Amino acid sequence: MAILEYIVGRILQMVPVLFGVSLVAFLCIHLVPGDPVQIMMHGRATPEVLATVRAELGLDQPLPEQYLRFIGGAIVGDLGKSIIQKAPVNEIIGERLGPSLFLLVYSAVLAVLFALPLAVVAALRAERLIDHSIRILGVVGFAMPPFWIGLLLMVLFGLVLNWFPISGYGDSFVEHLWHLFLPSVTIAVFLAPLLVQSLRSAMLDVMTADYIEVARAKGLSRRRIVVKHVLRNAAIPVVTVLAVNIGWLLGGAVIVEYVFAFPGLGSLLVRAVGFRDYPVIQGLTLVFAVIVMIINLLADLSYMAIDRRVLRR
Amino acid sequence: MTAAVRAELARWPASLKVGSASFALIVLTGLFAPWLTAYDPYTQDLANFLQPPSWQHPFGTDQVGRDVFTRVLYGIRIDLQIGFLTTYVPMSYGLLLGALAGYLGGWFDTVLMRLLDVAVAFPFLVLIIVIIAILGPGVHTIYIAVFILAWTMYARLARSEMLVERGKDYVLAARTLGYPTSRVIFRHAMPNVINSSIVFSMADFVLNILLVSGLSFLGLGVEAPLPEWGAMIAEGRDFIFDAWWIATLPGLAIVLTGVSLSLIGDGLAHRLGQRQRSFL
Amino acid sequence: MTTTAPLLNVAGLCIEFRTGDAVVRANADVSFTLTAGRTLGVVGESGSGKSVLCRSLLGLIPSPPGFVTAGSVRFEGGELLGLDEAGLRRVRGTAIAMIFQNPMSGLNPVWPVGDQISEGLRVHRGLASRDARARAVALMQQVGIPSPEKRYDEYPHQWSGGMLQRAMIAMAMACEPRLLLADEPTTALDATIQDQILALLVELQERTGMAMILVSHDMAVIAETSDEVAVMYAGRIVELASTAAVFRAPRHPYTLGLLGSIPRNTGDTRLRPIPGQPPNLVELGPGCSFADRCVFTSAECRVTPAALRPVGPAHLSACLFPERMTAASA
Ligand SMILES: Nc1ncnc2c1ncn2[C@@H]1O[C@H](COP(=O)(O)OP(=O)(O)O)[C@@H](O)[C@H]1O
Ligand SMILES: [Mg+2]
Repeated sequence: MAILEYIVGRILQMVPVLFGVSLVAFLCIHLVPGDPVQIMMHGRATPEVLATVRAELGLDQPLPEQYLRFIGGAIVGDLGKSIIQKAPVNEIIGERLGPSLFLLVYSAVLAVLFALPLAVVAALRAERLIDHSIRILGVVGFAMPPFWIGLLLMVLFGLVLNWFPISGYGDSFVEHLWHLFLPSVTIAVFLAPLLVQSLRSAMLDVMTADYIEVARAKGLSRRRIVVKHVLRNAAIPVVTVLAVNIGWLLGGAVIVEYVFAFPGLGSLLVRAVGFRDYPVIQGLTLVFAVIVMIINLLADLSYMAIDRRVLRR
Repeated sequence: MTAAVRAELARWPASLKVGSASFALIVLTGLFAPWLTAYDPYTQDLANFLQPPSWQHPFGTDQVGRDVFTRVLYGIRIDLQIGFLTTYVPMSYGLLLGALAGYLGGWFDTVLMRLLDVAVAFPFLVLIIVIIAILGPGVHTIYIAVFILAWTMYARLARSEMLVERGKDYVLAARTLGYPTSRVIFRHAMPNVINSSIVFSMADFVLNILLVSGLSFLGLGVEAPLPEWGAMIAEGRDFIFDAWWIATLPGLAIVLTGVSLSLIGDGLAHRLGQRQRSFL
Repeated sequence: MTTTAPLLNVAGLCIEFRTGDAVVRANADVSFTLTAGRTLGVVGESGSGKSVLCRSLLGLIPSPPGFVTAGSVRFEGGELLGLDEAGLRRVRGTAIAMIFQNPMSGLNPVWPVGDQISEGLRVHRGLASRDARARAVALMQQVGIPSPEKRYDEYPHQWSGGMLQRAMIAMAMACEPRLLLADEPTTALDATIQDQILALLVELQERTGMAMILVSHDMAVIAETSDEVAVMYAGRIVELASTAAVFRAPRHPYTLGLLGSIPRNTGDTRLRPIPGQPPNLVELGPGCSFADRCVFTSAECRVTPAALRPVGPAHLSACLFPERMTAASA
C-alpha cells in the first residue's frame, strides 16, 4: 500500500536525525569549558561531593560508554537526575510537557482563527487598500517582541481590566483555556503574520489555476470555490511554512512561558540554565527536538492527506 | 550619475522608500545620540526616579532616575550592531557553503544536508540557550552561538536556489565554454542565488533583534547597566504597573526598527523580482 | 433534431483588455447565430480571440483587465451580458457548459476525479451524495471511462490526459447543458486520442441534441465536426458560412491560407503555414488587419474598414475584394 510505504519511509528518515540530535544533547555537558560538575555546584562543594556527583552522572566513564548509557537511558525514558530538584529528569519534564503542548496547540488554533479571515480578505481584495492595511498589520505584528506583547497584555487585560488570570495553568480544560488565553494570544500574534502572508500568496497562486476557472464555469458560488477548492490547495504550502517555522514558534513560546511564569518546558529551560542544571538541559534539548520532529512528521502526513501527489515518486 | 540614482529611485516601491528612510533616520539617531540628548545613559539621579514623561524627560525616568529617552537612543547602537553582525556574518559563509553544496553535490552536499537536518530539528532559541548554558551568558556567547547556528538557514536557501540555477542554460553555456568552476559559481550563478538571501536577511535582521532583546530580557544576554532594549524592558517589568513607560517605550523602539527593516525587505523583494515577500 | 429557433445570438460583441497604457481589442464586432442542436466551428490562429469569445459567453472574462465594451449575447431569448454573479451561476454548468484546452490542469489536484464530476449535480440539482455518485458513475460510463465505479475515487495525477479530458466532458455534461463550449478540447492531447475525443463529442451531441461551439486552430477538426464555420482573425470573424461552403469556396484569403495549412492525407503531412505574423492587437490600423499578410492586398485594403458582409447565399466575408480570390483560382 503506497500510503503505508510512505509513512514508514518517512519515519525511517527520522532515525539518522535522531542520532544527530542525541549526539548534540549528549555533548552539551562535555563542551562546558572547565569542569561541568564544579560549575553545577557553583564552586561550593567539597572534592568528595564533586567526585560523588561525577560518578552519579557517569562522567568518570570513557566517552563512548557514556554516550551508550545516555542513549540507552533516553530510549527507555531515563534522562538522569536533576542536580537541583534531586528528582528524575523525565518526571520533571513529564509534568510540564502537557501544559506546554496545550499552550502550543491553543496558540496555533488562535493564530489560525486570526489569520484565516485576514488572509482570505487580503487575497480576495489583493492590492487594494484592505490588502495593504492587512500587510502593514502583519509587518507590525511580526516586529513586536513576544515578551513585550505578553507584558502589555498582562498589564492591560490581567491587572487593569482584570479579565484574565496572569499566571498559572488551572485545573480543568475550561480553566486551562481561560488561564492560557493571554499567553496563547501573545504567541498567536507572533505566528499569525507568517500565516497570513503565506496563505495569502498561496491563495493568489491557486486562484490563477485552470481548475478554478473550470469550477467557475461549472456555476459554483464564489464562496464554495474559495472554501472547497482554493483553501484546500492553498493549505499545502501553508502547512509547509508552519512546519519550517515550528522552531521559531517554540522559541517564542519559551520566552512567553517565562513572562507568564507558566509551568511549562520553556520556563523550565530558562530556570535550568540559570542553575546550570545540565541533566535537565540535556533532557529538554532532546525533548524539544523530538517535538519539532514529530510536528514535522505530522505536517508531512497531513500534506499527504491533502495532496496524494506526494505518494508518486 | 545623479540621473542613474534618480532612475533607480523611481523603480523603488513605496515600502522600500519609506523603510529605508525611517531606517536611515534610526541609524543616524543612534550615531548622533550624544548630541540629541543632554543626559548620560548610565548616570543615576535618585532624586528623580520614576518620573512620568515630561518636557524634561520625554520618555520619563527609570527606577534609578536615568533618562529613558537617552537610554533608548543609546540602545540603537547596541541592538543594531548585534542585529547586524548576527545577520550578515552567518549569511556570508552560509551562502557560500549552501551555494557550493548545491553546485558541487556529492559528499560535501550530503554532509551539509545531514548537518542542516539536525540543526532544524531543534528550536533555534533552545539551541542558543543551550550554548549559553555551556559558555555562560553575555554578548560574546550570543555572537558565538548565532555564528555557530544561523548560517544553516542561508545555506538551505542558497542550496535550493543553486540547484535551480545549476540546471539553467546560462550556467550550462558557461560550463561548455570551459570556464573554471569557481568562475561559473561566483560570476555567473551566484548573483542569481544571492537575491533570495538578501530579501530573507531583512526578516532575519528583525528576528535577530527580537532574539537579542529576548535573551537579554531572560537575563541571558546583554548585561545590566548597558541600555539594551530587551534588558530595559526586563528592568521596567517590575514597575510596569506604576511606571508603564520604562518597559513600553523601548519596546516601541524595537517595533519601529523591525517595521522599517520589514518594509525594506518587502520592497527589496519587489525590486529584485523575488516571488517571496519579506518573511518566509 | 431540426428545430430552427435561434438558441444563441451574439451581436456586435467587443471585448478589450486594458493593461497599463495598452488596450488590446481581443474581440471586435463579433456577431453570429447558433441554432439548437447545431455545431459552430470557430477557427483561427492562436491569439485571434477564440478563447475570449467562449469565456465571455459565460461571463468568465477577468475584469480588470478585461471589459465587454459593446454588444449583446442572447441565450434562449435572455440577455447574458450584464448578468450579476448569481444570474451567471444559474446559466453556468446547467444551460451552458464549457470544456477547456488543458485537462491536466483543469481538474483540482486534491479532489477525487469522481467528486468533481458529481459536484455540479450536488450544487445545481441538489442531489444527495449517493445519488450524485451513481449519476456521475453513469456519466463516466457514457464518456468511455472504464471501470468508473473504481476510478471514481482516484486523483487526477493517476489519470492520463485523454482520460482526464473524458472526465472534463462528463463534468460538463452532468447537468445536461443545451450549449457546450469546447475550447480546443483536443489540442493538448496525442493525435490518436484527439480523434476519439472528437468522436465522443459528436456522439454525445447526437444523443442529447445540445448545440456546440467547437474551437480549434485546425481546419481538419472543424471539417469533421461542424455544421457552420466562423473564421476568426485578430479578434474579428472574417468569414462565416456553412462548413461545406467554406471548404468548397472560401471567400476570405485568410481562410484560404488556413485551408492550405491542413495536413493532407496524401502522404505530404507538412504544414504550409501562412507567411507573416498575426498583427499586434494593440496597434491595429483602420483597414483590413490581414492586409499585411494577404497575397491579394492592395492600397485600399489598408485604409478601408473591412466589415463582415454577405458575399453569397448565407455566406459572410470581411474581405473587401473577394472576387480577386475567385479570379485567381479560376
Ligand atoms: N487575461 C488577459 N489579459 C490580457 N490580455 C488577454 C487576456 N486574455 C486574453 N488576452 C488577449 O486577448 C487576445 C486573444 O486571446 P485568446 O482569446 O486567448 O486567443 P485564442 O484565439 O488563442 O484563444 C490575446 O492576444 C491576448 O493578448
Ligand atoms: Mg485559446
